[in-house]
Parts: sequence; C-alpha cells; structure tokens
Amino acid sequence: MSDLLTWLKERAKGDLLLWADQLSAANRYKISIREVEGVALENGLLPARYQRNRNMFCLDDQLKLYNSKVAVIGCGGLGGYIIEELARLGVGTIVAVDPDVFEEHNMNRQLLATPEFLGIKKVAAAARRVDRVNPAVELLPVGLAFGLENGKKILEGCHVAADALDSISVRLEMAEICQELNIPLVHGAIAGWYGYLMTQFPGERTLQKFFTHNSQESGLEKHLGNPSFTPAVVASLEVAEVCKVLLNQGTPMRKRCLSIDLLDMEFVEIEC
Amino acid sequence: MNISIKLFAGFRQNRFKMEEREIPENSTIIDVLNQLGINEPELGVAMIDGRHVTTDHVLQTGVTISLFPKVGGG
Repeated sequence: MSDLLTWLKERAKGDLLLWADQLSAANRYKISIREVEGVALENGLLPARYQRNRNMFCLDDQLKLYNSKVAVIGCGGLGGYIIEELARLGVGTIVAVDPDVFEEHNMNRQLLATPEFLGIKKVAAAARRVDRVNPAVELLPVGLAFGLENGKKILEGCHVAADALDSISVRLEMAEICQELNIPLVHGAIAGWYGYLMTQFPGERTLQKFFTHNSQESGLEKHLGNPSFTPAVVASLEVAEVCKVLLNQGTPMRKRCLSIDLLDMEFVEIEC
Repeated sequence: MNISIKLFAGFRQNRFKMEEREIPENSTIIDVLNQLGINEPELGVAMIDGRHVTTDHVLQTGVTISLFPKVGGG
C-alpha cells in the first residue's frame, strides 16, 4: 500500500488525483477504483472529480462521504435523481431498493428510465448508471419490495435512509425500522406540482404524526401523476438533507415539514 | 363565528387560496372539510395559526386554519 501511495503522490497535481491516474493505479496495483479513492482521501489527496466540492467540503468531509452508506428506498422518480446526486457527491455506498422494472410510463420523469432500460429491473439500471457516473461508488441493488419483514436487514449499517417510496403505509414501516435501528430518515413525497420534505432523527415521530389519521389511502398523486421537474426538485432537497446529516452541518428540516408548491411557487414551512 | 381558511397546493383547484367563512359554534376541522367538499383521507395536515392540529380539533372564533393535501408519490 505504501508503494501505491508513493505512486499516487508522485502523480498528484498539487493535492489533486486525476481520474486517469486513479484508473492507472487501479490497474497497476490490481485493486478497485474505489480502493484507490479510499487510499487517496485517507492520505490527503482529493480525486480531481471533487475539486468543485472543496470550498464547501474539506478533505475530511469528502472522506466522511466516502465512508458513508445511504439507503435509497424506491428507485423511481425521486430515487433515480437521489442516486445520481449521491454518486456524484461521492457517497461511498448506496443501497438501492425497488422491486419493479422500468415501464414506458416512467419515461416522462424517471432519470434512469430510457428506452434501453425498458423491462430492466430499476435497481440493475441504477447499478449500471452509478458505475458509469462514478465507479468509486458501490451500489448495492436490492430488487425487493421494502417492508417490515426485510427492512431491518436492508437498512442495517446505513447512516441515513432516503425515502423515495410511493406508498404512505410503507413509509410508516420504514420510519419504524429507522427508529429501531437509530437511523435518521429523510422524507420526500411528490404529486403533480406539489411535494413535501422532512427530516426525522431517531426518537422523533414527526412523519408518523403527519400521517396518523389516514395512512392507508394514497394521496394527490393518484389524480395528478408526476411531471419531469417535481421529482428532480424534491430529490435534490432530499440529497441536501442527507449530505447535511452525514456531515453534521447546517440546519435540517427537523420537526417541521416543507410544503413545496411549484405551481404558485410557494414554499411553506409547517411546524410539527 | 368567523374563521379564515387558507388552502394549499392542490386544494386550491376550483376553490380558493384564502377566504373568510361563517361557521357554527363548536365546529371541528372535519366540519370545515365537509363544507369545502374535501374528504378526510385527502387531507395531509391541518394547522391552526401555524401549529399542527388533529381533525377533531374544535375551532375558536377568529382563528386561521391552513389545510394541506396528502401527497404520497415518489
């Protein structure tokens, strides 16, 4: 490993490790691109792809992201964008959960839904996409419906769970499992022009309180469907929250819920 | 008694953004929903003067209630 480090340091431009050198190091030392990234970050070298992150995140922050594991429950409208942004951010391990395959009606909004992926498992498409976008990130695909019976096993060891589900009752199951495992949960939901965002830490029951009176029914999305832009907006807000929770920075949307209305362009905070 | 009602997101369609309404004493959030033609399962959150309340909450005169629809898509 010290050979590798010497080699990386010789080639670094200042403290930046160029992609071509990261790739060469992996080939030369017969290790993965991901392992090269770990050695670089642990020894003060920043993979050059992250150089525009560095005024926001120090090297230790980038290393913390690399060592983080985030679960994305649902790989549809919200999940596709969340996975993309987590991978570009440099979150080291992403657990992607969804039982479905891509269908034609997904293509108006779901980032990973392209003609070549029709009929392909959403989690398999996510793994292929992440491998193309940032091969240093490991995506663990789980092609199952998330629920009480498998949720604990799926979320074990995750630092944050991002909600990209399309069912309120499964969201509440997810919230219970996060509670049990002490995992912070970032909630997002969308319908038409509208969406909600909320972050919940262990011990809090904001989400459960929010949906108590009628968890079994679906919401506005059944009538409105979803356009291309609402998932991208809410997914990005969720990733900002995940990033803040992982790095313990800023003020999360905690004990309050953000109501997002893109039709009247109103963002209203609901105290919970 | 007189209350103000603020509607948010999809609840505004074919209704209004804000209106003052005359309602009977001891009305609850559910009574207001009925008056507006909103089924209870469509409701996400009801707030009174900025605080989350349950649907059986009895309304006082002069309050402002805010109603947000339930959204569950991903």
